[in-house]
Amino acid sequence: MTTWSTDSELYFATARELRTRFDNRELSSVEATRAMLDRIESLEPDLNSFITVTPERAIKQARLADQRLRGAGQEPTALTGVPVMVKDNFSTEGVETTAASKILKGYIPPYDGTAVQLLKEAGAVILGKGNLDEFAMGSSNENSAYGPVHNPWDTDRVPGGSSGGPGAAVAAGECFVGFGSDTGGSIRQPAALCGVVGMKPTYGLVSRYGLLAFGSSLDQIGPMTRSVADCADALNVISSHDHRDSTSVPAPFADFGQDLESGISGMNIGVPKEYLVDGIEPGVRSAFEASLKTLEDLGANVTETSLPLTDHALAVYYIIAPSEASANLSRYDGVKYGLGSTDSRTSAEATETARGKGFGEEVKRRIFLGTYALSAGYYDAYYKKAQRVRTLIRREFTDAFLKFDVLVTPTSPSVAFKIGDKMDDPFKMYMNDVCTIPVNIAGLPSISIPGGMSEGLPVGLQFIGPQFGDTAVIQAAAAYERATGWHLEHPLI
Amino acid sequence: MDPLTPEDVEHIAQLAYIKLSDEESEKMRIQLTNILGQFQALAAVDTEGVEPTGHTTDANTVMRRDEPHPPLDRELVLQNAPDSDGEFVRVRPVLE
Repeated sequence: MTTWSTDSELYFATARELRTRFDNRELSSVEATRAMLDRIESLEPDLNSFITVTPERAIKQARLADQRLRGAGQEPTALTGVPVMVKDNFSTEGVETTAASKILKGYIPPYDGTAVQLLKEAGAVILGKGNLDEFAMGSSNENSAYGPVHNPWDTDRVPGGSSGGPGAAVAAGECFVGFGSDTGGSIRQPAALCGVVGMKPTYGLVSRYGLLAFGSSLDQIGPMTRSVADCADALNVISSHDHRDSTSVPAPFADFGQDLESGISGMNIGVPKEYLVDGIEPGVRSAFEASLKTLEDLGANVTETSLPLTDHALAVYYIIAPSEASANLSRYDGVKYGLGSTDSRTSAEATETARGKGFGEEVKRRIFLGTYALSAGYYDAYYKKAQRVRTLIRREFTDAFLKFDVLVTPTSPSVAFKIGDKMDDPFKMYMNDVCTIPVNIAGLPSISIPGGMSEGLPVGLQFIGPQFGDTAVIQAAAAYERATGWHLEHPLI
Repeated sequence: MDPLTPEDVEHIAQLAYIKLSDEESEKMRIQLTNILGQFQALAAVDTEGVEPTGHTTDANTVMRRDEPHPPLDRELVLQNAPDSDGEFVRVRPVLE
């Protein structure tokens, strides 16, 4: 039996707290895993954050973790025995991987992606696969062939997207750490809307091998956690140099938690004014202003700055990401895996039919957009132009980081919105990512942490660092978290 | 910019190998026109002489060692194919 005074103390514990309980023999990984599986069973009808739960595998991994924690075999890691979730666009050997698309229903990968392999080697307990917007395309988790995810703070609202499943699961205490992917904000925006920590590391720190590709020059895997320290620990586990991903950068890497306790006295923090967009909600704005005051009180030099090209980032992103997606998703041809059409007259017709039936509305829209931008006659005006502006956006950031250690912005212009509210206007939905997209365009590290509340819903605060400045954003986030304790707020679920 | 025509949408559908219903095509035409319209502001950014960025980690071309590795298990791979025959994936006729 556990010595936890209440169940909710276990559900909302951090991974570090859980590991301490393991080390003190107050709780075993099998017990923690069983508690999570029970919790999942009772909450899933309301949340739908999992597409697949794998209880037998989880218990088996937990048993092995318990042996390791008691000294058998390899040295335990920060995640040994810790129940986690991976988003369903991570390839998992022997476990259905759908990317929330009908076109991949029934697909059982014959291999693990690198991040999953590293989690297994670290002794993490994988509870199952997280819901998402189909192929990670969306900002609300409403574009899932397996139904929308509901925000645990208010189940009439979206959890954000595309990593809505991991975001909701971490917020609701269905797992201790979630792993998502972030192409234009898909980790940070749901982290903000669900009131958890979410980090997109510098592009190239985490191997993309086995991550179902969306926008290859933008995609990056990262952790979603209930504390900044857990985020650093999880990043230490999943970052690697991998010969199977030619864009993965050479190791060794720093300990991403090395500056968790360093504080931010004397740190130069820039506030790019363009991120306080016109449509920003008053509650988000006032929470952000209070956060700036906190950073100043902690001894940081907080200064307004300007990144004028921010206004063009959305257009650059919605040309480059769909262009890359249109090429990446050409592999879903109904021949090798997933939905096929075996009664078509010709091979071409079979492919057109499978793709027409298998892809959802948003995925089709982005493939059409990308195909158009790459097509003869439009390539220079759209794709090439966007790539050139991408260079200018990178330069603007590089110049800013000559003056500042990190930048700070709101993560999202709004708190969680009602399910169905933005589904009729794609461009309005795209505006959700206006504060997160520039980071992916420039390949920078960025973290969203709980940064206040507005009308009972969480507000996210985003730190952005220079390329390979991952420890600096973690340092700033940890200092803010210690000072405010917003990460201790949990939904009543 | 001029609105896309139904022929434009049909052309993209062919390039993308995606069959749309008539209703889907018309909705796509209107939405793409709207989204592309929002992108026109990019034309005003001066990019004269600016090199395009493809990737942000200026990584050089990486060569791996030419060493054999065990391939994926054929049976497991073929289990995922909608149609297969022995050790082959089967497709519909390529030529009519």
